[in-house]
Amino acid sequence: MNRETAPGTPKISVRGLKKSFGHKLVLDGIDLDIGVGESVVVIGGSGSGKSVLAKCILGLLPADAGSIKIDGEEMVGRSTSERERVMRKFGMLFQGAALFDSLPVWENVGFGLIQGHGVARREAKKVAIEKLASVGLGPEVGELRPAELSGGMQKRVALARAICAEPEIIIFDEPTTGLDPIMGDVINDLIIACVRQLGATAMSITHDMASARKIADRIAMIYKGRIIWSGPTPEIDRSGNPYVEQFIHGRAEGPIQMEVRAS
Amino acid sequence: MGPLLSFLASIGAVFLNGLAASGRMAIFTIRAISHCVRPPIYPRLILRQMIDIGYYSLPVVGLTALFTGMVLALQTFTGFASFAAESAVPTVVVLSVTRELGPVIAGLMVAGRIGAAIAAELGTMRVTDQIDALTTLSTNPYKYLVVPRVLAGTITLPALVLVADIIGVFGGFLVSSYRLRFNPAAYIQRTADFIQTNDVMAGLVKAAFFGFVVALMGCYFGYHSRGGAQGVGAATTYAVVSASILILLLDYVLTALLFVGR
Repeated sequence: MNRETAPGTPKISVRGLKKSFGHKLVLDGIDLDIGVGESVVVIGGSGSGKSVLAKCILGLLPADAGSIKIDGEEMVGRSTSERERVMRKFGMLFQGAALFDSLPVWENVGFGLIQGHGVARREAKKVAIEKLASVGLGPEVGELRPAELSGGMQKRVALARAICAEPEIIIFDEPTTGLDPIMGDVINDLIIACVRQLGATAMSITHDMASARKIADRIAMIYKGRIIWSGPTPEIDRSGNPYVEQFIHGRAEGPIQMEVRAS
Repeated sequence: MGPLLSFLASIGAVFLNGLAASGRMAIFTIRAISHCVRPPIYPRLILRQMIDIGYYSLPVVGLTALFTGMVLALQTFTGFASFAAESAVPTVVVLSVTRELGPVIAGLMVAGRIGAAIAAELGTMRVTDQIDALTTLSTNPYKYLVVPRVLAGTITLPALVLVADIIGVFGGFLVSSYRLRFNPAAYIQRTADFIQTNDVMAGLVKAAFFGFVVALMGCYFGYHSRGGAQGVGAATTYAVVSASILILLLDYVLTALLFVGR
């Protein structure tokens, strides 16, 4: 993993990242470093730019300005083929699972191996069934279609798909949104187990504080397109930042709400 | 800004938006074509799309062609009877069907059936992040989604049109023989005398272009759909309407190129 990069180089390094949609400035100079093997959770309210940040890092959205380095390699402005090579280091768990409806579950899980890494279908199926087992799903689930699964099972299949090709970096977009608290905790445990087992670097996006506290080594809060606070997970309760305090306690009153009213 | 200036500005904005949309479509087309000739190609997906576009469109295209041939024979007979030229019915039927009606009717039916289905499928994949998921799984969405559909449309529609030609001519034969009292043997003989390989081939060339356009429009509008269910619905409508208009426009251009001055 990361043999070719200098020691101490962050796995992901974002500097001055800007992204607008029309006149709406969504990311306004994001600075964020994620170290090798570190699990960072980005928290923030709806529409604060969390998902856009993840999509820019993945190259799904082009950045307007700034720098995104993966293992020290600049990604902004690179050609599609060069980005595709680096993309092989990534696994992604989408908010809505984003499973392919037309394929059975096992083929969803093994998709990256078959299409991206040229693994034979039979071999990929074997690996997919193993990965399904690692997220607590039996081999019979592999033959079902995604539409036949519950929301929690779909998230688990999506997690199995994200880890199937053993990526170096995994991005989790709202992994527990839409799940009941128990299933949410099951997913949190699975994320921790999978990331530890792979030794992967993880970046998660959530507004679920229970999930953030459980899976993060470090938490960063995004507000109005900027990282306004970042620190180790235990320190979030004594951040001294009124925005962070309002967010983690879920208070209606505070600087965030006042500015929403003002706009 | 005065009212005149804002009126001119709105016209300018519409014009610029039109230019931008044409540019996006042209870039999408060039990308789709360039990915068609570069590996990896997915034969399994192309075959699946060929079955979807070709085999499953057979009933609708066959029925449409049958009734088109039947109506054509009836209309030609009633019109030509005024000039005592009823004997031209087999010639008119075979030339109209192979040159014009077979490709256009099949193209329009496939635009309705397949163009809409492609736009809805890709549109749903777009709004549910499935297309982004493909990218994160080291798979180029153009190669995986667009190329198989465009290639399958281009290859399959000529085959469908060949079937439509045969069924359309047969429809004319049925009506002429059983309703209009033509001698069946003489009808077939006259059809055989006037059918030209070039006419059939030109119809098939048209069909290949129509198949390309139908699949491309479905892919373009589906791939770029936004805004949930409403966006997918709009993408489906745009795909069918633009494919239908482009089929008729291309039909004129190709007819001018392939037939006029021959």
